[in-house]
Amino acid sequence: MLHIVNKSPQEKNCLDACLGVATDGAAVLLIEDAVYAATTGHPAAAKLEQAQSRLKLYVLRPDLEARGMADRLIAAVTAVDYGGFVDLAAEHTCQSWL
Amino acid sequence: MKFGILVNEGPYQHQSADSAYLFCKAALEKGHEIHRVFFYHDGVNNASRLTEPPQDDRNIVKRWTQLAEEHGIDLVVCVAAALRRGIKEENLAAGFRISGLGQLVETGIEADRVVTFGD
Repeated sequence: MLHIVNKSPQEKNCLDACLGVATDGAAVLLIEDAVYAATTGHPAAAKLEQAQSRLKLYVLRPDLEARGMADRLIAAVTAVDYGGFVDLAAEHTCQSWL
Repeated sequence: MKFGILVNEGPYQHQSADSAYLFCKAALEKGHEIHRVFFYHDGVNNASRLTEPPQDDRNIVKRWTQLAEEHGIDLVVCVAAALRRGIKEENLAAGFRISGLGQLVETGIEADRVVTFGD
């Protein structure tokens, strides 16, 4: 399963809910405002670092760059472009956390 | 692979219309098929022919029309959501058609994946 999260953790608790529900081996892709969670110093970054052993974590690089956060990406999360997003969606069934 | 796309948010208000379009483009570039893009809730505003963004801004409505023309993609607008928001045949942008939720269900059955974009 690919979980697509598009909300900043400051706005909604989608990411927490997603991390709580996602089963081992699932993929989580952070897009739009959710990319803030994968940046150094963000309170949610520690949760992602904790989850990296059981989940595959990705962030959409164009959205990270659009927010000026590209140089603050944490090591636990892999950056992908839209092509990578498509590959992930092709590989897994998709669940958007709106 | 066949992708179905659901767009629940209007253009310029939220990023989801842009994200959905860029996903479609990337999928087509990779040789995948977009089975249908279904516009629901405020997403129906993506189909307004009356949209006139400033010249230096992206034209989200025209972008969808061009995608439909170039790749033969079925752009479907939910009739009930559209009528609530004043989207009718007379102001529907080229490449879009108005139909019902059955078209979303059909995409769920016929496409390999449905990817939802919204707020």
